[in-house]
Amino acid sequence: MSIGHALLGLLEGGPRHGYDLKRAYDERFGQDRPLHYGQVYSTLSRLLKNGLVTDAGVEAGDGPERKRYAITDAGVTDVERWLSTPEKPEPYLQNTLYSKVVLALLSGRGATEVLDAQRSAHLTAMRELTRRKADGDLADQLICDFALFHLEADLRWLELTAARIDQLAAEVTR
Amino acid sequence: MSLVKAEGLFKSFGKTRALDGADITIRAGEVVAIMGPSGSGKSTLLHCLAGIMPPDKGTVMYRDQDLTAMGDSARSELRRTEFGFVFQFGQLVPELTCVENVALPLRLSGVKRKQAERAALDWLAKLEVDTVADQRPGETSGGQGQRVAIARALVTGPKVIFADEPTGALDSLNGERVMHLLTTAARDTGAAVVLVTHEARVAAYSDREVVVRDGRARDVEFAR
Ligand SMILES: Nc1ncnc2c1ncn2[C@@H]1O[C@H](COP(=O)(O)OP(=O)(O)OP(=O)(O)O)[C@@H](O)[C@H]1O
Ligand SMILES: [Mg+2]
Repeated sequence: MSIGHALLGLLEGGPRHGYDLKRAYDERFGQDRPLHYGQVYSTLSRLLKNGLVTDAGVEAGDGPERKRYAITDAGVTDVERWLSTPEKPEPYLQNTLYSKVVLALLSGRGATEVLDAQRSAHLTAMRELTRRKADGDLADQLICDFALFHLEADLRWLELTAARIDQLAAEVTR
Repeated sequence: MSLVKAEGLFKSFGKTRALDGADITIRAGEVVAIMGPSGSGKSTLLHCLAGIMPPDKGTVMYRDQDLTAMGDSARSELRRTEFGFVFQFGQLVPELTCVENVALPLRLSGVKRKQAERAALDWLAKLEVDTVADQRPGETSGGQGQRVAIARALVTGPKVIFADEPTGALDSLNGERVMHLLTTAARDTGAAVVLVTHEARVAAYSDREVVVRDGRARDVEFAR
């Protein structure tokens, strides 16, 4: 998740100060990981330096956190480019899991146990998300669904690998 | 305390060994997902647990009654009063309206028509399908039909609901809706659910999972 782009996107609605941006970000995207103030200010100063945001004056009251930021034309172009570029389809867990399975087989440990333990951990996470979905609003549901479909994909891989474990064992220990 | 406990189940069809020493326990009120690859013996296990099919060897206890030692009529009486069933499809009587279908198990137990249909309508409303009460199953969508089937499974106040791929013929959104309604209704009434599924997102509605592989069930609770 590119925090810079998310903050730029939020600034398209109008100038805001850092604290306000953090709140808006946390409310919309921060379900699991709210931003630290440090992240917000370091991101904003990078955006400022790159000309993607500009100083929009100081709000009544004082202190550095009252400074307001506005998105520039270059910032808008940057958001547009970000939105139109698809994310890299990342096979994020398979590499680790595959390595674990192969290492278990090579060392004569049970690979099925590795797969079973992982399935159980995945299902526990999926139950938690399913519960959250039942209590949540539509935004929660969509965010949980995204995670659920990804975990499900991992699980399908686990099942398929479990079904081929004897074949894999024969190949890696040959 | 287990409500249903099966020990050492074996079942063969000709040369195919469908169950090969399966153990499983189901406690009152819990939702247990039975998972595992196609052909691993999930449906056979469910049928043995529910007293639909006798195992070749092994015992199935429901409370203190041994299903495998019971006569046919006592077993079907037990099924009718204590169990509810939901399958992938084809369980509703096509000639009856949805409300008549849901009222049917009560009618078979001797409940008067008016009273049975009132209870049936209540359940249809809880499952958000009272709108199709007067339609026949053939005139409903797949998702609506499954909800009607769940209402029918719940109407007698069963202690265990056996569900074999209840969302197998539905798209994701309808499948999730059906699972949500099924598990919520089961939790409200205290019924246990034995849910066969190969879909993880469906299994995520359960409290725990039991994996069946090559006719053997890995139930960590059984040993406790
Ligand atoms: N009535 C039957 N006659 C012959 N063989 C059967 C019968 N029922 C099941 N089998 C066989 O027993 C094995 C287990 O079948 P079962 O239906 O229990 O599997 P399953 O895990 O439910 O599979 P699926 O996920 O495909 O529904 C399979 O090899 C199947 O072909
Ligand atoms: Mg089956």
